[in-house]
Amino acid sequence: MTAAATIAPPRPRPQGAAWGSGGTARTVAPIVLGVSVVAVWQLIAGSGLVEAYLLPSPAAIGAEIVEFWPSMVSAGAITGLNALVGLVAGTLIGIIAALVASTRRSLDGMLAPIVAALAVIPIVALAPVLNTMFGADSQTGRQLIAALAAFVPVFLNTARGLRQTQPVHRDLMRSYAASNAQIMRTITLRTAAPFTFTGIRLASSLAVISALVAEYFGGPRGGLGGLISTSAASSAYPRAWAYVVAAIILGLAFSLVASGLERLVSRRR
Amino acid sequence: MTMAVTVTAVDKVFEAAAGQVVALSGIDLTVEPGEFVSLIGPSGCGKSTLLRLIADLDAPSSGSVEVFGTSAHQARVDQKYGIAFQQAGLLPWRSVAANIALPLELHGSSSVETRERVAELIALVGLDDFGDRYPDELSGGMQQRVAIARALAKKPELLLMDEPFGALDEMTREYMQTELLRISAETGAAVVFVTHSIPEAVYLSDRVVVMSPRPGRIAAVVPMALGSTAGRADDLREDGAFFEMITAVREALHGGPPASSARGVENR
Repeated sequence: MTAAATIAPPRPRPQGAAWGSGGTARTVAPIVLGVSVVAVWQLIAGSGLVEAYLLPSPAAIGAEIVEFWPSMVSAGAITGLNALVGLVAGTLIGIIAALVASTRRSLDGMLAPIVAALAVIPIVALAPVLNTMFGADSQTGRQLIAALAAFVPVFLNTARGLRQTQPVHRDLMRSYAASNAQIMRTITLRTAAPFTFTGIRLASSLAVISALVAEYFGGPRGGLGGLISTSAASSAYPRAWAYVVAAIILGLAFSLVASGLERLVSRRR
Repeated sequence: MTMAVTVTAVDKVFEAAAGQVVALSGIDLTVEPGEFVSLIGPSGCGKSTLLRLIADLDAPSSGSVEVFGTSAHQARVDQKYGIAFQQAGLLPWRSVAANIALPLELHGSSSVETRERVAELIALVGLDDFGDRYPDELSGGMQQRVAIARALAKKPELLLMDEPFGALDEMTREYMQTELLRISAETGAAVVFVTHSIPEAVYLSDRVVVMSPRPGRIAAVVPMALGSTAGRADDLREDGAFFEMITAVREALHGGPPASSARGVENR
């Protein structure tokens, strides 16, 4: 969540880009690498060179995943819902704030430092405060933390996107005597959309991580973050790792959906 | 007769950091309905600025601009003109048909009307079969045709063009010039055409308005004695009369007797 949070959306892929053998290699290579890493990991963990509590073997983690499957699904659902609520809320507020900032330079000047400050609030500090504020059995604090994390990249990218309108498009809309609402709808928002979706892609992983980490600091158990810390505290390391795997899958699911949306919107621009 | 464009005693001064820049000084110009007038001159002579004043994209510092007997502002609000720029300025997320439909949509045409008009326009600019394509799939010349079709969508009686072929290669450019003559004959619209190419101005125009810089003013108006623009075709480019007109415009640009070497003007 630094300056790097503003990244230009990907250029559309040139027509007829090589997909044939290069495409197969691109799919196969990471699978081969992943399988090899797990195999080597299994060998090292099984050899007794490393203590099992430091690095549980993939087989042990796999066994835990099978045994605790129902709990992993429900924990993933709790954390996933918190992250989703936060992502949606943060995105909406981010877009609205960017629209407000784009109307007046003075408003932009007022909002920019506040956003910069929000971007660096540590979750460690905020989570206990919000947990106290909303009560020990509430998920609201976690959703707020996820929303805050999602807000920053969506705001920054949307604000940038709203400034990308081409002068020739502005002249054209003026020649049509178009109303401000028409200009906003036809040109400004559509030009900004790929930038906003880049922000949402960045926000999607941040929302999951934040929702997860927020569970470490009190509040109801049952989410993935809570179960990771509980398992680790009771020295059930393979189980802790199994929940980490679930957290990775959850994060990947969020970012895959967000990248898909981003690609859809960036196709033509 | 109501003139298509009447520019009277127009000055345009831009406030720059280094002080005032006089872009246009004492401009008087009329364009008749259906007439093709080119504005030519070196960079900085204010020809694009003059076009933008006619389009009411900028306001004159003094003097008046009238389009079909109303103020330039009213003419813009009433959609009396269509405009095309050097950049085609298509919306990349809209198909060719949807780009041409844009001005119709903005002014509330019904979807049936819009579809019929877009089909006519696509045929007019020779882009049949390309209606569903996207701008990034088209060549520069084809994009510019879409821009011209879009400019003609509201059946304007005045077409304003700011170096629309400036970014095209020579072959495409000559082809597009002939296409433009055909289109302007079919629509009967007056055209104000900004260019820095002498042959282009001569080939297209009834009159060529030669401008000079610092401050931008009209140096000469050269009528083209080449017959009606509707009757012109590519063989005119090899005609003796064509070269005489090129010479006449070049001399006007250089302000007097035949220049032994044409400097600062592209001979295209």
